[in-house]
Amino acid sequence: MTLKKIGMTLLLICAMAAAQAQQTLKIGIEGEYPPFNRVDQNGSLIGFDVDISRALCAEMKVQCKFVIQAWNGIIPALLANKSDLIISSMAITDKRRETLAFSNPYYYEKAIFVAAKKNSLQITPQGLKGKVIGVQGATVFEKMLKEKFPGVTVRVYTAVSDHNLDLVSGRIDAVLGSNLVMNSWLLSEEAKNFEIKGDPFVDVKYMGNGAGIAARKTDTELIKKVNAALDALHKNGQFDLISKKYFKDDITH
Amino acid sequence: MDELLSELAAFFGGSVDSGPFGTNDGLVLTLLLLVIPMLLGLALSIPLAFARNSASAWIAKPVWMYTYLFRGTPMLVQLFLIYYGLAQFDVVRDSSLWDYLRDPYCCALLALTLNTTAYTTEILAGQLRRIDWREIEAAQSLGMSRWTMSRRIMLPSALRRALPAYSNEVIMLLHGTSIVSLVTLTDITGVARHIYSDTYNPFQPFIIAGVIYLLLTWLITRVFMKMERRWLAFLKPMTQSKREQKPS
Repeated sequence: MTLKKIGMTLLLICAMAAAQAQQTLKIGIEGEYPPFNRVDQNGSLIGFDVDISRALCAEMKVQCKFVIQAWNGIIPALLANKSDLIISSMAITDKRRETLAFSNPYYYEKAIFVAAKKNSLQITPQGLKGKVIGVQGATVFEKMLKEKFPGVTVRVYTAVSDHNLDLVSGRIDAVLGSNLVMNSWLLSEEAKNFEIKGDPFVDVKYMGNGAGIAARKTDTELIKKVNAALDALHKNGQFDLISKKYFKDDITH
Repeated sequence: MDELLSELAAFFGGSVDSGPFGTNDGLVLTLLLLVIPMLLGLALSIPLAFARNSASAWIAKPVWMYTYLFRGTPMLVQLFLIYYGLAQFDVVRDSSLWDYLRDPYCCALLALTLNTTAYTTEILAGQLRRIDWREIEAAQSLGMSRWTMSRRIMLPSALRRALPAYSNEVIMLLHGTSIVSLVTLTDITGVARHIYSDTYNPFQPFIIAGVIYLLLTWLITRVFMKMERRWLAFLKPMTQSKREQKPS
């Protein structure tokens, strides 16, 4: 009898959890991509993506819950319904569009190489030949580095903080990444001997057109709501307020 | 089907067009990271196992400390400490050791070797302690020196009896190699992770990786079964060998 009771209670708890889960929107986020998203020392999420997510959820009047997910598994997690939206600085590329539905771009970034100040680098396929370059895996930068700079030795890292560590230790000659992310790292103490090499650049073929919020392809209604909420945030000035908190330049074009 | 073929090719360091083994990615790297630490570990653990059983605490305690530390912590933690941890110190980066430690492959070899040596040392040391005292007495009565006795009596006996436990260690080492993709190496698991993040499909690449590990494990088990049959034949029940001798 007791066993049956325990079973019933468990079922009830599961049902309650499931009912609650249906009402909340689960937001997939990497949590290792400062200043856009990261987990601070207290274990709470902070960053531009986090603030935008909270503002969007308030605007859409829905309950939101963050699901922290390693970058290389963030799309599979969305497809497996572990999350409903990806608000994690994802570039809108044609390849991702085959699987995902994207909102309008919410910011634009450029690609940059970062290396030691004392290290003179020619940012051309010829000049980088034989160099060891670090890049985060499953990103637009990985594909671009491998195809546009065929002579380099590519080291693929799980997170930006990992390739920055190896850049400081001297294991790799340079890293390729987002200007907004690397600029923020360059302000830190450990980056004092490092600088941007060459000019920031954009290659739409690889980098797509800005960063967007992604949903499953079938969730077109949700994307419409997200776009409406994004517009509202721009109109009421909230987007600007959040953007100024993290970036001195305008990142919306 | 094409997709499956190109994924399969990636596990063998190649692509559909260029054929397999263009690079060491995938299977070859996993095998290198299995065989080199295994052989180094076996060679190192023989003297260490004797040292572990030494009557002198000055010799036995440091070895105990080493095996305690490396068996008491996860291999992933050891790899991270060697790869990211050591690189934090200027002393390490300025030394000639850095030529090796800056290479993720060398770091992985070092971590795997240190780990498997610790386990193999304990397996062998345990078998050395379990040798029948009558075998030792017999050797002593023949006037063998300690060195000769260690070499001719103790070591062969311990190595034989260690086979079943050691085969487990080799299998665990194979599975342990799967962590190296976290320090940028592209072993079997690394290839699976790349395909996974490329295709967003977790099943196919990880099932292929699983099947390759399964086949490798099967191969290891077969080899050890053969070795056990040969070198542990004396431990088989008498009746069985008598039955084999009887003409049918």
